[in-house]
Amino acid sequence: MAQTKVIVGLGSCGIAAGANKVYNKLKAIKDAENLNFELAKTSCIGMCFREPLVEVVDENGSMIYGDVNEDKALEIVQQHIIGHNPIKDYVVKTDLFKTPDNSFFDGQVKIALRNCGYIDPENIHEYESRNGYQALRKIVNEKMQPETIIQTIIDSGLRGRGGGGFPTGLKWRFAYSNKADEKYIICNADEGDPGAFMDRSLLEGDPHAVIEGMIIGAYAIGATNGIIYCRAEYPLAIKRLNIALSQAREHEYLGKNIMGIDGFNLNINIKEGAGAFVCGEETALMASIEGKRGMPSKRPPFPAEQGLWRKPSNINNVETYANVPYIIANGAESYNKYGTEKSKGTKVFALTGKIKHGGLVEVPMGTPLRDIIYKLGGGIQNDKKFKAVQLGGPSGGCIPEHLIDIQVDYDQVTATGAIMGSGGMVVMDETTCMVDVARFFLDFTQKESCGKCTFCRIGTKRMLEILTRITQGEGEEGDIEKLEELALQVRESSLCGLGQTAPNPVLTTIKYFRHEYEAHIKDKKCPAHSCKKLLTYTIDPEKCTGCTVCAVKCPVKAIDGERKKVHTINQDICIKCGDCYSNCRFDAITKN
Amino acid sequence: MRVQRLLTETENKKIADNVDLKLIEPLIEKYKGKKGNLIPLLQGVQSIYGYIPRSAFELLSAKTGLKLSDMYGVATFYAQFRLSPVGKHIVKVCHGTACHVQGADAISTAIKDALGVSDGETTPDKLFTLETVACLGCCSLAPVMMIDEESYGKLTGSSAVKIIKEIKIKEKENK
Ligand code: FES
Repeated sequence: MAQTKVIVGLGSCGIAAGANKVYNKLKAIKDAENLNFELAKTSCIGMCFREPLVEVVDENGSMIYGDVNEDKALEIVQQHIIGHNPIKDYVVKTDLFKTPDNSFFDGQVKIALRNCGYIDPENIHEYESRNGYQALRKIVNEKMQPETIIQTIIDSGLRGRGGGGFPTGLKWRFAYSNKADEKYIICNADEGDPGAFMDRSLLEGDPHAVIEGMIIGAYAIGATNGIIYCRAEYPLAIKRLNIALSQAREHEYLGKNIMGIDGFNLNINIKEGAGAFVCGEETALMASIEGKRGMPSKRPPFPAEQGLWRKPSNINNVETYANVPYIIANGAESYNKYGTEKSKGTKVFALTGKIKHGGLVEVPMGTPLRDIIYKLGGGIQNDKKFKAVQLGGPSGGCIPEHLIDIQVDYDQVTATGAIMGSGGMVVMDETTCMVDVARFFLDFTQKESCGKCTFCRIGTKRMLEILTRITQGEGEEGDIEKLEELALQVRESSLCGLGQTAPNPVLTTIKYFRHEYEAHIKDKKCPAHSCKKLLTYTIDPEKCTGCTVCAVKCPVKAIDGERKKVHTINQDICIKCGDCYSNCRFDAITKN
Repeated sequence: MRVQRLLTETENKKIADNVDLKLIEPLIEKYKGKKGNLIPLLQGVQSIYGYIPRSAFELLSAKTGLKLSDMYGVATFYAQFRLSPVGKHIVKVCHGTACHVQGADAISTAIKDALGVSDGETTPDKLFTLETVACLGCCSLAPVMMIDEESYGKLTGSSAVKIIKEIKIKEKENK
């Protein structure tokens, strides 16, 4: 009988939800009782909404338990592992029976995420056992030439998954055709879009896939040096990358004459980013690696001609590289059979915001937005009304409810005024104010503007001032038009993507939610009841039972009242956090 | 563009005596003469002192030949670098999109109130520094904050304050 295996999901999200405690608890029980099961680690399988997750694999198959805490861990050991009696109510995923959360996986196709949550990312053998480094082997065995590799990637239809959407194969061809003594292959792991974590999960869950993709890319373009530029905010990803890199060196997937290919030398190093959104822009990223302020520069020369240290360079993002080994190992068709005419393959999305099943999903291009939100995502939290979904972060836009039936591919998303971006999908409901969302993004881009272009530096600032005024109830007639005019100028007069796309969140919210802007400006009201300055919380004396919950929950002690007597809110102290509102069990608190 | 809080001349002098510059010598040896070394050097210095003291800038410049102006330019460009000392625990409240939509403002306000400091400031007892970050990559557990290396998800104003209070109590017990 095979030994029972217990696997704990230890990605950053799992750890934030308490997975380390669960792991330690399991270990303690195992040691104390001298139990015969194998305790292992994996990373995020995407079901963030059920973290911490614990998988039990025994002779009957696999069952994944969700929302595990220390007590549940003990129960699982006693009943499932010792008693061979699985606790079905806690199971969130298994092939043996249907669970209420099954719909989260319906329609997903895992290519980039093929190993995430299935292997121990710190163990190269587990990657190898799931076809890892087979693509590289195939290149050697079949003596695939760089042109063939590049052609395969072109045929697969893979486009840059970081946001640009430029065909990856073509990019490689440019770098390939520029001859030089030294070339660089760079991985952009500086996931700057706030509200997105696809790259983090991939790096934490399957670092070797990214590394293998880079090795293949290096061979195709003739690079001898590789650099992974990773955010410093991702310490776990960096740690696992370092482990993976040294394992790859040990197994001679990196080094000199790799896999016996004469003259194919490659080393890969990690550069920690220092926190600048503009470094998502290729030229800025390279300036940063060179140790300078991350300011973009004019193109041409393109990185493929003169990139890092003025040598031909190729930059792709994490998800793009993770797809490469799969495509090479299985052929272009295995990838381009998914997707729509101009958008092939699959895309990873980070589902967040007011959604029930927040997490990481990978779906074929062209999947209806409605399916992603309602089937995979399970709909809106607390069954509120869906208002919009934000795609593409600070460079993207908000797609409103009436467009929810679009198919998610490059063309249809762009037609709405948003962009595909890197894959962050932030879902908003009726309580989210769209003017505030626009203000939020402008605040972000304004801070992150490197300052090189006047319109990006000052234009975004002026736009932010106007938006702030509007959300504070000081909007004036003509503000919307002013915003539109400034938006156009910022877009036209900026050198890089940051400035060119910075107005998008404002333009799409004006386009689809003009009435919300008008309500703020004309009626001094926030229809979503979200803008603080336009809100007051009051206690309805009819409904208040004097239970004191609100007074206890209030973080600033703004609520007075004796037990069993009507409470009141002191408006001068109230910070409008809404804690009282969400904790009142008698609906006695109103906001207006 | 970012505007960082700078220290005055006298503040700088006061701290200068407390900084042990010997600590960064191995770092300088490691990176000296390597191309693209400026950012790793500054990151290394910060990981030792929690910020980059003025005297460290001067030593780096003297030993490596890097220009003070270049170093200062880089240090003020990137969000990661701090130019003034920090408290023992760094509280980073996420204000990324997902956290914003899920009420990060309320978390910040509650913590500011509990600690009595604003963004970027350190409490007088030097226990906590409050910071805002753009995303911690745990967006599906929003709102999120990170204290030192540990992340906390699904916060409310009161649960965030509770976590801080617990740390405070622990610190008192250790005294
Ligand atoms: S937006 Fe807060 S963790 Fe990503």
